[in-house]
Amino acid sequence: MAGRSVAIGLPVAVVLAWVLARCRFPGRAALDALVHLPMVLPPVVVGWLLLLLLGVRGPVGAWLNDWFGVRLVFTTAGAAIACAAMALPLMVRAVRLSIEAIDPGLEQAARTLGAGRLDRLLTITLPLALPGVLSGAIVGYVASLGEFGAVITFAANIPGETQTLPLAIYAALQTPDGEATAAKLALVSILLAVAGLAAAEWAGRRARAALGYRR
Amino acid sequence: MIEFSLRHRFAGGAELAIDFTAPAGATALFGPSGAGKSSVVAVIAGLLAAEAARVIVDGVVLTDTAQRIHVPTEKRRLGLVFQDAKLFPHMKVRDNLRYGLRRAPEQTIGFDEVVDLLGIAPLLERRPHTLSGGERQRVAIGRALLAQPRLLLMDEPLASLDAARKAEILPYLARLKQTLALPIVYVTHAMDEVLAIADTLVLIEGGQTRACGPLGELTARGDMPLATRDDAGAVLEARVAEHHPARQLSLLRAGPLALWVPLVAGNLGARLRVRIPAREIILATEAPAGISLHNVLPVLVVAITLDAARHTAMVELGSGEARLLARITPDAVARLGLRPGCAVLALVKSMSVDVLA
Repeated sequence: MAGRSVAIGLPVAVVLAWVLARCRFPGRAALDALVHLPMVLPPVVVGWLLLLLLGVRGPVGAWLNDWFGVRLVFTTAGAAIACAAMALPLMVRAVRLSIEAIDPGLEQAARTLGAGRLDRLLTITLPLALPGVLSGAIVGYVASLGEFGAVITFAANIPGETQTLPLAIYAALQTPDGEATAAKLALVSILLAVAGLAAAEWAGRRARAALGYRR
Repeated sequence: MIEFSLRHRFAGGAELAIDFTAPAGATALFGPSGAGKSSVVAVIAGLLAAEAARVIVDGVVLTDTAQRIHVPTEKRRLGLVFQDAKLFPHMKVRDNLRYGLRRAPEQTIGFDEVVDLLGIAPLLERRPHTLSGGERQRVAIGRALLAQPRLLLMDEPLASLDAARKAEILPYLARLKQTLALPIVYVTHAMDEVLAIADTLVLIEGGQTRACGPLGELTARGDMPLATRDDAGAVLEARVAEHHPARQLSLLRAGPLALWVPLVAGNLGARLRVRIPAREIILATEAPAGISLHNVLPVLVVAITLDAARHTAMVELGSGEARLLARITPDAVARLGLRPGCAVLALVKSMSVDVLA
């Protein structure tokens, strides 16, 4: 589920990061604010907004239901979308920082060598932003594992379908004798978080070394 | 052939009014930092949209604000070499070189030819961050050439290199100019680079074109900003006429002028560029006798310009097409009674003739 969340969120995050880092247009500040909204809003509010938008009666949700018979509410896909929305600002931030760190002169050089906009994005900008994309993916994955408020509001707490780690821990704590299960799950959560951070650090280092930056 | 015209006012108030026409060959834009040279490059490359500009390269209109023509940078086919090489750090040298080549519509400049010309064959499998500054710049030049440009634009390509690295690259540039029939626009504030490369010189100062013309002509003018420099001196295009190994001398001919110099390399008939520093020339009305001097050149005074700040006079001398510039004292001008049109002898030590390339 967290993997799907990253799969949905990362491409969106990369495009948004590139637009925010390299394009100048009216409404850029508004887009920037919108992207960062899930970070400052209570997660339950984000989940409820998603419910309004993508619910069976919502403008987008109704359309999806009528035309494709796709229902997102209370499904694994829905939970992934809720996680993606919550993790989006983190991923955009990581990718954007690494795009902004790229010397614009390199893109200019590619331009004089005959590379168009999309060509430059694919051959210069993205490969050079790879450390940021990787760490964005890992941070997004870990954040998705830990999402609580938006998921429970939008996709409920269905074991094996829409249950994230904190939801499972919460559910375990609500049942009698659930303490041991909760402790095990908490341990898993800690291990995943540490592994995720270590992986992000390692990936960043590898990528920077390959590009010849000094540490 | 390049036609260039630019009018632009920056937000800060600085104004540019630069025009020049350059024939085939290498054109150097020369002037102090901040004079507007790099803006010219940006406009030619299409990276700066000016208020009014016209850029025509070999008959192709790249920018014409009057006709609302602005070819996007990536479609201009200009090889641009920056001050720092701007090599792509995630690609090997080989892939850097191929980047423009793969996107070029046709191929007339070959990969092996360029690699050979710039001596970068041993670097092909390396990553940019393992190269020295000079190597990086050579790769950048190669990458620009392989994009099959209609014009090579170089913006202070050697400014960030030390004197030794610069001396390492200059011969490659001179060779490249001779081998490939490619127009070059070369921006610099270093005179030695101008002397090594330029055929046409465009002097830019304070956002304006001060002068534009063949290098030999502008370096021989006494009323140009160049004449106020310590290293003022006319540049002459010469040919090797005779070698005299026994006397350890060579005879060069620049138009009607014959110049004896210490033995040079180069076959008979080979083209050489020489420069005679203005302060090394002595003027005389009679040929001296019993003197170590080899070069006694009969010339006519073309013009005399007083340099009040230095208390010197710059005397332009001519013989046919060839021009020389001499720096002497105003007192000497008066004593010899020099006026435009006077016949006079220019005395030049053979050691004083700088053989450039």
